Amino acid sequence: MLTYKSIEELIKCSIKQNKKISQMVLEDQALQMEKSIDEIYDEMEKSFDVMCEAVVQGQAKNQRSTSGLTGGEGFKMKHYSEQTNGGLSGIFMTKAMSRALAVSGCNASMGKIVATPTAGSCGIMPGCLVSLYEDKSIDKRSIVMSLFTGAAFGIVIADRACIAGAQGGCQAECGSAAGMAAAALVELYGGTPQQCADACAIAIGNQLGLVCDPVAGLVEIPCIKRNVSGVMIAFSSADMALAGIQSEIPVDECIDSMGEVGRALPASLKETALGGLASTPTGLKLKEQVFGN
Amino acid sequence: MNVFDIIGPIMIGPSSSHTAGAVRLGRVANKVMNNAPIASVKIELSGSFAHTYKGHGTDRALLAGIMGYRSYSEEIRDALTIATNRGIAYEFIPTDIPGTHPNTARIHVTGVNGEECTVEGSSIGGGNIRVDWINGMKVDFTGEHNTILVLHYDKPGLIAAVTNLMATKYKDVNIGNFRLTRPVKGGEAMMTMEIDGLPPLGMIDEMRNINNVINILLIRAT
Repeated sequence: MLTYKSIEELIKCSIKQNKKISQMVLEDQALQMEKSIDEIYDEMEKSFDVMCEAVVQGQAKNQRSTSGLTGGEGFKMKHYSEQTNGGLSGIFMTKAMSRALAVSGCNASMGKIVATPTAGSCGIMPGCLVSLYEDKSIDKRSIVMSLFTGAAFGIVIADRACIAGAQGGCQAECGSAAGMAAAALVELYGGTPQQCADACAIAIGNQLGLVCDPVAGLVEIPCIKRNVSGVMIAFSSADMALAGIQSEIPVDECIDSMGEVGRALPASLKETALGGLASTPTGLKLKEQVFGN
Repeated sequence: MNVFDIIGPIMIGPSSSHTAGAVRLGRVANKVMNNAPIASVKIELSGSFAHTYKGHGTDRALLAGIMGYRSYSEEIRDALTIATNRGIAYEFIPTDIPGTHPNTARIHVTGVNGEECTVEGSSIGGGNIRVDWINGMKVDFTGEHNTILVLHYDKPGLIAAVTNLMATKYKDVNIGNFRLTRPVKGGEAMMTMEIDGLPPLGMIDEMRNINNVINILLIRAT
């Protein structure tokens, strides 16, 4: 059985077994949870279905968050993408951005989402994978399988560092999600296990030190937009890895570094809403608007 | 940890700790009430819960859990209305419960026939909870494992009677954690047992029939 103590282990075992990381992890999880491979696969497929539904729900024109602070971002971005033939970043990327905004918005309006790995970063994996499913015609089974690769990377990150904003800042939430998504994307595009690791390393390295500073303590500002950044970083990291650009720092060391940076961050920048954007004059004013004095 | 701890849980947003965890805390009170119809609910909110409960929907989440909904139930959004339609009066009181985790709630539920229950616990991150008090009795479990609570009279031989039944008739049941609490000698007492896997069919009912056992609650892991 796999220990999920390092990504190096995942790569080595995958090469030894001559299997994709996703297939190896699916089989291992079935053993560990004492369930059949089909049962485990079906459960993951259910999660992917929820992601697709959250995109639709969050792209509704009248989507508003429970607090009233945010809303309609997914719709605006989709509309812009269609009206401008893809704006600056192109149709594929602007639609992916719209999906990330939509799922995060769905979360903020008490809709149903999949925490990947957390609710605050729930738009990144769907922003990447629903886009490949709907716009690049990749079959559903491959997409669902790639979630096992992303999840395996996530388990290692949770074990060596952390995935909670309160513990490690936003790098632990959106950073982890982008790293997981990057690995999944590389596998879907035929990259090697080592390239999956490189993509994850690049994504995490590019978000080191990102603080968790939610305005009014709510999972909205800046969380919703940071999910878009996470998607962009996941795609660019995956493309770099697929182009043969390696991460000079091995992925496990990048993850350890994220853990160390997380510990070094002051409490005011770890989900307490006492620093960063949360403590700006406007951030405080918005807080007052929602909760009063 | 498995893949569904990372890709999952499927939940109603916006916050795993302030929403999903709050539903699970509410569900503990639902279990303690044992399906008795509810007349009123009073919830004290402490720390971050007290400050942000409206924006995170913590109030709806707690109430939904008390009514038996799960952290993925769409009904959470409308929990306040559903409660009103069911004739349940509810009240949320921001307060400070000293020395507790930042996300703590103290839930008081009164049944139509006068039954009462109090549950105090915290949402400790990622949708996980820790329950500290039930009906004035100190407990300590997280809900990460399936947990059996045995409410019983403080009489000699009760632990042996319960665990012997488990060991002799249901051999596959393994206890990972055991705690006994007894506020007053000779009064009511509570065993908390975290077990691996789900209890076999019939075991809980059979435990209920043991002399001096008042009630058994099963809090399932998610």
